[in-house]
Amino acid sequence: MGSITLSNIQKSYGAVHVLHDINLAIEEGEFVVFVGPSGCGKSTLLRVIAGLEKVTGGDLKINGTRVNDVSAADRGLAMVFQSYALYPHMTVRQNLAFGLENSGMPKPEIATRIAEAARMLEIDSYMDRRPGQLSGGQRQRVAIGRAIVRRPTAFLLDEPLSNLDAELRVSTRAEIAALHARLKSTMIYVTHDQVEAMTLANRIVVMRAGRIEQVGTPLDLYNEPANRFVAGFIGAPHMNFIEAEVAGSSPDGLTLRAGDGTLIPVALEGTALKTGEAVSLGVRPQHIDLANGDLSSGLAASVRMVEALGSETVIHAETLGQKLLAIVPGQRRLVAGETITLSWKNAPLHLFGADGLRIGTAQPR
Amino acid sequence: MSTAIAFLTRRKGGKFWHWTDIVTWVWLIGGLIVMFGPAVWLTFSSFKTPAGLAEFPPSLLPYVTQQVRVEGYEKPLPLFNAKLADGSTRVLAEVRRIGIVSQMVDPKAPGEIIKVRIGDREPVREISFATENYTQPFMQFDFFRYLWNSVFVTVTATLITLIVNSMAAFALSKYEFKGRNAAMLVILATLMVPLSVILVPLYSIISSVGLFNSLWGVILPTVATPTGVFILRQYMLTIPDELIDAARMDKASEWQIYWRIIVPLTAPALAVLAIFSVVWRWNDFLWPLIVLSRRELYTLQVGLSIYSGELNVQWHYILAMTVVTMIPVVLVFIFLQRFITTGIAGSGLK
Amino acid sequence: MAQPKPPSERPAAPQRHDWLSVLLQPVHLVMGLADYPLRYLQKKTGIGGMAAFFLAPNMLIFAIFVLLPLVINLIYSVTGGSALFLDERSFVGADQYRQIFDCTNYLDPMSCQEDAFWTAVGNTFWFVVLQVSLMILVSLITALILNRELIGRSFWRAVFFFPVLLSPVVVGLIWRWILQRQGLLNSMLYPLGFEPYTWLSDRTFAFAAVVGVSIWAHMGFYTLILLAGLQAIPKDLYEAAEMDGTKPARIFWRITLPLLMPNLLVVIVLALIKAVQVFDEVFVLTGGGPGTSTLFLTQYIYETGFVSLPRNAGLAAAASILMGLVLVVLTLLQLGIARKNENKGKR
Repeated sequence: MGSITLSNIQKSYGAVHVLHDINLAIEEGEFVVFVGPSGCGKSTLLRVIAGLEKVTGGDLKINGTRVNDVSAADRGLAMVFQSYALYPHMTVRQNLAFGLENSGMPKPEIATRIAEAARMLEIDSYMDRRPGQLSGGQRQRVAIGRAIVRRPTAFLLDEPLSNLDAELRVSTRAEIAALHARLKSTMIYVTHDQVEAMTLANRIVVMRAGRIEQVGTPLDLYNEPANRFVAGFIGAPHMNFIEAEVAGSSPDGLTLRAGDGTLIPVALEGTALKTGEAVSLGVRPQHIDLANGDLSSGLAASVRMVEALGSETVIHAETLGQKLLAIVPGQRRLVAGETITLSWKNAPLHLFGADGLRIGTAQPR
Repeated sequence: MSTAIAFLTRRKGGKFWHWTDIVTWVWLIGGLIVMFGPAVWLTFSSFKTPAGLAEFPPSLLPYVTQQVRVEGYEKPLPLFNAKLADGSTRVLAEVRRIGIVSQMVDPKAPGEIIKVRIGDREPVREISFATENYTQPFMQFDFFRYLWNSVFVTVTATLITLIVNSMAAFALSKYEFKGRNAAMLVILATLMVPLSVILVPLYSIISSVGLFNSLWGVILPTVATPTGVFILRQYMLTIPDELIDAARMDKASEWQIYWRIIVPLTAPALAVLAIFSVVWRWNDFLWPLIVLSRRELYTLQVGLSIYSGELNVQWHYILAMTVVTMIPVVLVFIFLQRFITTGIAGSGLK
Repeated sequence: MAQPKPPSERPAAPQRHDWLSVLLQPVHLVMGLADYPLRYLQKKTGIGGMAAFFLAPNMLIFAIFVLLPLVINLIYSVTGGSALFLDERSFVGADQYRQIFDCTNYLDPMSCQEDAFWTAVGNTFWFVVLQVSLMILVSLITALILNRELIGRSFWRAVFFFPVLLSPVVVGLIWRWILQRQGLLNSMLYPLGFEPYTWLSDRTFAFAAVVGVSIWAHMGFYTLILLAGLQAIPKDLYEAAEMDGTKPARIFWRITLPLLMPNLLVVIVLALIKAVQVFDEVFVLTGGGPGTSTLFLTQYIYETGFVSLPRNAGLAAAASILMGLVLVVLTLLQLGIARKNENKGKR
């Protein structure tokens, strides 16, 4: 129990279209993360699923039943809100009980369920306090607890970690993952933070401007982003993009010409790219390394800025007529203005066409 | 002690009294006397007997002439300090007055009659509170009835106001619907229509629905206060919408959201409105005066005004009942004044 | 009103007293029972229907007791007779208005057929002019004084606010008691050699008393609003002016007054609206007398419509509509000022 199917979902406010033709099938027990920049429609999509917003077109099915016209209360879902939305005038216990009382559950069962959730989330010690007396992390737990006691078909979480400080966010993230492993219920999680998406999701749904850009497992998205947007969004820091044009092709690869005229030979099988076509070459900062002065196997670059993080060194470099970011392991003694040699010998190079769509993954030659 | 005085007389700038300091304190002390004085005066007067009230110039405290029972006389006799012909002063009881001469006796030796000129005697007076001014109107007149009517009107109207206004404010702050702005506009426009403009037709409506000479006729037209809707709506706008979403996810019906979530969270604003409403309804005069024409239905305000308008005003009762009428408002003033003043200062509404 | 913090940021309320929750028990029960039919209603009509449900009682009462009377008022003013019910009244067109405006000399109220109306208009006019101007002056002075660095400011503010809460009937009675022949005023003047005087039987003094008493009763309210306006003026403006060596009088005229002007305008219009409707305390204090020297518009409407026989609802309605027009103009003025202030605030 807990599959959710979206087919051709549309949502508009008057003339403003917020969601265009969303198709998505969420399996039972899956942890799906909606991720995208703010205003991409991910929260609206969650609220549509919750029943807090009415869809303007398409079909929404929960466990195979069409629920377009079913009210939020009757969809059997539970939601954790960004602001937690705990009832300020009720104690923690009353907050947890409110939904159960509304569905007419007998008192003893309510008590058992609350006790169980309280134990699971370790919130027993402040059950009789009000939300105003709790810390941010404690409120967060209560908000999750309020969803758990309902034993919902699926959990909807709307940026639940965004109000926590950085340290707490990491630990709570792990707890949510553990919770999912334990409950094995469907969870839909909205965030703008791609790290949360990568660490939590079974599958990630990347959205932009009311459309789904790509759906896939975290590593799928990381390794084979469907377009430049996904490539830039997933992974931190962002992927470097080198704008280039096709200078020539051979059976086993292409030669690209970068902005400053440098030629870059890459290995790529089976492409229909013609000479002169504009492409961009994506390479993740982590995949660039320092070559020890061996210019034949690398790119000459000048150092603009160095951030020594101890375990790794972030190099802001300039090469091929543009800026390039490289992250190299360990500590390097570099100064701004120095000339270095960068190499991407073993790096996967993501090739995107002028329309931004993925062409393939090339290897440097 | 000296620091306390220094603190209390602290004033602008340096050591010397600036002329503005003098103006300030004269104004404040004068204000204290002018603002409180009349009500205090009235309260003191309300404890005087009719004879005490007729006295001129009046005394501040309620004095009565001391009386004493003297052997051989049926009625108690008033006591006087009499200056005798030999220049000594004695306390004597007056038996009767003939012209400018008063016949007096010594209460301890009542045999001998002493004649004293009335200019040479001063009554012996004691403070006595004429509490019968308070008890009589309740026992003999309908004032208990009036008090009850006033309490009924005030409490009922306030409760209905709170419910009806908060429901409307909830609809106007938390729902999107066509005509919401129009409804808001209508409510604001009613601020422009004071009672005195619609007096006659309102009366005809009240009588045609059979509410003339009914306390409900006093209550109903007053309960949909635009001020109340306005205050509550402004407050409800600060309640996050996510709470309502959460409640909907929690299977709460819209009515439960109103009653279990919105009303408890709006409690501070409801308290302010309740205080306002109590004062308004308690003080209402013109409308009850029109709707209520039977004596047993009068509210305190109407009853007071009718009694005080009679040819032979029984001031000792009127004053006492005026004090009774002031009591709730004075209580509000003492305990809840801060709520009202901040309420007014923020909204400019009265 | 001072915007309280949104509920989510307030510290939690202390645990409710037990007696209160016991007291609320039956209320909760009733409201809980109301949920069953309302849940059904919500199923039938959806959330939009519930919005209408919440709005309905208030709007219904508005419609019956405010909007409908407005319409009936118009009908009354163009019909005649002494009947109360509309179907028994005959259409007379503008006769009621004609009667009101039937004057041989427009400068002399006594030459009009409805001389009482014009007397009331004249009285109300002078009352409004005197009461509003004096009251605003007194309120402004009081507010300026309360805005100084003062020990116990909230106490003093409360002092001036006290009469605002008193009922008009009580206000009228208090002052009748003070101004009567054996009253406090005479007894204070007596030692100075004045003979007791029945002040309220004196036409001029009765009018002055009405103005004075109504200032006494209402100034606290306006003081409060003006004080709030004064306290909203940033302190550093005064400090900067003082650093520049500006004289206090100049600070008042060039800083305080201009910055207070929005509040002052609002207060003036509010006071005007209230003053035009003056009735209650005057009715108790003087009953409109002596003669017609303190007869004001609202009392004229009340007496024409309810007291004098035969009742003349049509005439009263016509008079109230004329008064309503004045109030509408004043209210629009107020809204205009409020909007202008708001725009200034945005800029």
